[in-house]
Amino acid sequence: MQRLPILAATAMVLALASPPAFADGAWDDIRWSLYGDDAIAEDGLVTLEAPYRAEDAALVPMTIRADLPEGDDRTVTELVLVIDENPAPIAATFTFGPKAKVSEISTRVRVNAYTHVHAVATLSDGSRHVAEQFVKASGGCSAPATKDPEATMATLGNMKFRRFDTPAGADGPMNRVEGQLMIRHPNNSGLQMDQITRLYVPAWFVQNVTVTQGDDLILAMEGGISISEDPSFRFDYLPSGEPIRAEVVDTKGEAFSAQWPSGAS
Amino acid sequence: MIARIALALTLLALCGGRALAEEPLAVTRIAPGVFVHHGEIALMNEANRGSIANIGFVVGDDAVAVIDTGGSLFVGRALLAAVRRVTPLPVRFVINTHMHPDHVFGNAAFRGTSDGGGNPTLVGHRQLPEALATRGQHYIAANRDALGPYAEGLEIVLPDRTVADTMRVDLGNRTLLIRAWPTAHTNNDLTVLDEATATLFAGDLLFMDHLPAIDGSLIGWLAIHDTLAAVPAERVVPGHGPSSAPWPEALAPQRAYLAGLAAALRPLIRRGLPMAEAVATVPPPEDWSLVEEFHRRNVTAAFAELEWE
Repeated sequence: MQRLPILAATAMVLALASPPAFADGAWDDIRWSLYGDDAIAEDGLVTLEAPYRAEDAALVPMTIRADLPEGDDRTVTELVLVIDENPAPIAATFTFGPKAKVSEISTRVRVNAYTHVHAVATLSDGSRHVAEQFVKASGGCSAPATKDPEATMATLGNMKFRRFDTPAGADGPMNRVEGQLMIRHPNNSGLQMDQITRLYVPAWFVQNVTVTQGDDLILAMEGGISISEDPSFRFDYLPSGEPIRAEVVDTKGEAFSAQWPSGAS
Repeated sequence: MIARIALALTLLALCGGRALAEEPLAVTRIAPGVFVHHGEIALMNEANRGSIANIGFVVGDDAVAVIDTGGSLFVGRALLAAVRRVTPLPVRFVINTHMHPDHVFGNAAFRGTSDGGGNPTLVGHRQLPEALATRGQHYIAANRDALGPYAEGLEIVLPDRTVADTMRVDLGNRTLLIRAWPTAHTNNDLTVLDEATATLFAGDLLFMDHLPAIDGSLIGWLAIHDTLAAVPAERVVPGHGPSSAPWPEALAPQRAYLAGLAAALRPLIRRGLPMAEAVATVPPPEDWSLVEEFHRRNVTAAFAELEWE
């Protein structure tokens, strides 16, 4: 295949430029399994913010932004966050409703080993764009899950939605606002061993989240164990004035839902 | 009697294979019958063998109670040697103030130190067994590299008796009042009050010198400060810091740090500042050690907790 030598050469260049032992072997495989042969542009259209050194490997904030220039009326249809060296590297896949015009999403993730992190954005014209960062953290997936199991169980499935109106004069085109959805859930990774039984505390995590306003989708998330305890998603969107609704399903099949007025803060 | 034991120990130390392990920990007698070893203000490492927390023991007419056992089996053995330098009485109780490795990794050293070679009763908070069961593996793995050869023999020993509210233990004309607290530093904090001398072993409900570390609930920890202050003690043994400090004045700097965190974060959260920016914005405190190691991590945990208010 003609493409292989180019990929191999690119991989070597990146390997020389990156910290040792993190040549893009993991990314190449993941990228291939997600996107096959598709071209993925490293053109700065999507950016990824992540701390170089995480304060808490189980709670690492990350932000993915698609910086579409003024007048570019493509929308983001999908964002994928990949933590290359994690046991479950595809942290989350976000899909977006066309009317909501989401261009940015933040969440908190577990990072299990020093790793590259990739964000891939797919736009409404089918084009794909990637951003990469490097994060120093370890043990995020096997770390103890929750500080207070009793409190966790008592509040399981509780949700909060906050809306932040962008200040006047800010560069948010089309009067986007920001919203943040927070869900109480242990998001057990399944990688934490019980010392006594020698069995692993079973994985139990939020798998699907859907956020709508009225009948219109804002975003849907399919996620795994790389999302931190008490999943939190912060995103911009174009408000329609309709109530906001969140539906959450976890791996036990438990479903939670909540609704807030459009102007919820 | 004590002189003979000291001689025997010295001979053992000189001739025995594990001389280092049996060298007694240096302890200070902070009140009659109350002895405390001052833990180094540091992270666990080979040089300190994991001895980074204040640990100690109380001697009654009939028995001894040990309060926390240090950050490695070696520190536990050294604490036992310190006990034996003072008294041959059986160690009937070992009390763990909470789950963290620097307080519990020496537990196994006390096997066979009670009456007739039996084991002391190991006492912990009602939520300690589950906490150790789910975190023990992680704690051993996380500290193995740091401790080097002093990671040998690390094992998690679970409590025999748990405290949901209060429990009194009698050491022979000397009672200790053990009290369980709602989630604060961790979800399994205990304090131990020696009623004879009004000495409060606060465990990590009180940090001095060493920046307080939040591994439970900031709000919960702040909420108990008044009740803690009302405990009728004259002196306190903090989990980290001086071996003894006046009570309740010793609480003030910690209360100021924790309250300051909440006061700094609440307006930022209300304004909608994202977590990463808030962590960069809240300034580090002065007059504490290990700020670099713990402050931003505290801010991260506090942010995630306060966001739900």
